[in-house]
Amino acid sequence: MKKVALTELAHVIRSKNSGPFELTFDIIFKDDTSFTLAVNSGVFTPALFAGLYKIPEEEVLGVIQYPPAKAIKATIVRPRPAGSLGETDVYGAQQHAPLLTIQVPVEEEED
Amino acid sequence: MKKLTVLSPTAILGYGFPRESFAAALAHDPDIIGVDAGSVDPGPYYLGAGVSFTDRAAVKRDLALLLPEALKRGIPLLIGTAGGSGAHEHLAWNREIIEEIAAEQNLSFKMAVIPADIDKDHLLANLNKTVPLGPLPPLTARDVREATYIVAQMGWEPYKEALDMGAQVILGGRTYDPAVFAALALKLGFPKGPALHMGKILECAAIAAEPGSGRDCMIGVLDEEGFTLFPTNPQRRCTVKSVAAHSLYEKSNPWLLPGPGGALDLRHTLYRQVSDNAVRVTGSEYVESDYAIKMEGARLVGYRTLTIAGVRDPIFISQLEDVLEQVRSAVRDNFEDNSNYSLDFKIYGLNGVMGKLEPNPVPGHEVGIIIEAVAGTQEQANTICSFCRTTLLHYGYEGRIATAGNLALPYSPSDLPAGAVYEYCIHHLLPATPDFFKPEIVEVG
Repeated sequence: MKKVALTELAHVIRSKNSGPFELTFDIIFKDDTSFTLAVNSGVFTPALFAGLYKIPEEEVLGVIQYPPAKAIKATIVRPRPAGSLGETDVYGAQQHAPLLTIQVPVEEEED
Repeated sequence: MKKLTVLSPTAILGYGFPRESFAAALAHDPDIIGVDAGSVDPGPYYLGAGVSFTDRAAVKRDLALLLPEALKRGIPLLIGTAGGSGAHEHLAWNREIIEEIAAEQNLSFKMAVIPADIDKDHLLANLNKTVPLGPLPPLTARDVREATYIVAQMGWEPYKEALDMGAQVILGGRTYDPAVFAALALKLGFPKGPALHMGKILECAAIAAEPGSGRDCMIGVLDEEGFTLFPTNPQRRCTVKSVAAHSLYEKSNPWLLPGPGGALDLRHTLYRQVSDNAVRVTGSEYVESDYAIKMEGARLVGYRTLTIAGVRDPIFISQLEDVLEQVRSAVRDNFEDNSNYSLDFKIYGLNGVMGKLEPNPVPGHEVGIIIEAVAGTQEQANTICSFCRTTLLHYGYEGRIATAGNLALPYSPSDLPAGAVYEYCIHHLLPATPDFFKPEIVEVG
C-alpha cells in the first residue's frame, strides 16, 4: 500500500506538557482531505504511540480526533513528573521528533 | 443585546505587549482588563522556592502601563496567579510591585488581595478526601508536611466577591486561568459556557491568533449567545483554525476542559469567521459537578551542581556510555559513606533531549555532556560533581591515545553551583466550597 509521510499532511506536529504529569501531542492537519485521510488510515492508535515512545499501551492515556481544528491528539504518561531528577525537557516541547517518522497508508486509486 | 468587552493584553504578566496594540485595544472601550500571571510549565522550582519565574522589571513594565489606564477608565484590572505560582510569597512580591508603581505614578485605589494557600492542618485532616489529578499516587501526610508552599486554584467566585466589595484592582493567588476574564461577566449574569470558554482562550492572549504571540493583545466581546475574538495588532488575525486549535494546547482532552465546580463542554461549539480578523464562537456549554479545587505543591529535593563539558575524541565517544558508568561506580566507591546523592549525565548529541525515549541514539562527531550532582547540601553536591569531573577528565579508557584529558571544559570555574532543586509532590483535588478563598481589601496609595 502506498504511504504518505505525516509531515506532508500536517502543518503542526508538537509536544507539550499537559500539567506536570502528562505529555500531550498535537498533530494539526493542513486541510480536511489530509485530516480525513489520516483518520481513515486507522494508524493513529494507542499502539502507534506506545511503539514510538517505547512505553506500555496503558501509558497512552488517549488518542482523540478533534475535527474543529482538523487535529489528532494523543496524551501519554510523562516519563517523570516535570522537573524531577533526570528531567531532560521541563516544558516537554521537544519530544515530538518520533512523530515526524510516521507514514500514513493511503488507498491507491484503481486504474 | 447585552455585551461585555474583555481585554487580555498579554499571555503572562511580564511577557509584555506592544504599546500600539494596547492603544488600539483601549479604543474598543474594554469593560475589564484581565491578566493571567501564572503557569506550572516552568517546573517545580518556582512554586517550591516561592520565587517568580517572570522578571520583576518586566512585570513592572506591564503593570505600569495597565494600572493607570484601568483606573483612569474606571474599569477593573484583575490579575490571576500572582508571581507565577500564586503562593503568599508570590502574592507579596507582586503586591510590592503594584505599590511601587502607585507611589511613582501617584495612584490611589482600592485593591483586593486573594490568597490561595492551603492550610496544612486543614489538608492533613482531609487527606482521605483528596484525589490524584493525573497519573500519580494518592496524597500522603509526608507530601503535605514536606511541601514548602501548597496552593489551590480558585475559581471566578472570589473575584466576583472582590468586585462586589468595590475593588478596582484584584490580585489573586493561584487561579483557574479563565477566572479573571470571566468573573465580571458571571457577576453580570452572562452564561457560564461562553464566558469561561472565552476566558480559556483569552488567558493566552494573542497565542490563539495567526501568527500567534504571547506578547500581544486580544479582545473578546461576550454576549448571551457566544463571543467574538480578535487581536488588535493589524499584523495578526483570528481564524477558525487558530481559535479552535487553541483548545488542544497544553490539554489532554480538547472537548471537555475541567475547572473548579464543573467543566467546559465544547462538543457543540461552533466557530465562524465573521470578519478578516475576528472569529465568532457559539454553543460552548458548562457542566456543573461537585466543587473541588486543584492543589499544587513542591518539596525540596536537594542542591544541584553542574559541569558542562564537550567531547571530540572519536575513540572516547565510541565508548562514552560505558565510561560514564565506570565513572559513576568510581564516585560511588569513593564516597561509599555518603550514598545520599544523585549523579546524572546529559549526553547532548546522543540522547540529551529525549533520554530513554530517544529512537535514534547515535552520537555525533562531537558530544556535549552535562554532569549533574544533586545532594543534601550545596557543599556535598559540589564535592560529588567535582570528583566526577576530575575522574572523567583523566579516566584511562580502553584504547585511549589522547592522554592529556578527556573533556573540553569551556568555563573556569568549571563547576556551577545551581542551588535548590524541587519536585512536585502535590497535584490533587480537594473538595471545597466556592467561598473557600477570601478576598482582603487594602487601600493602595
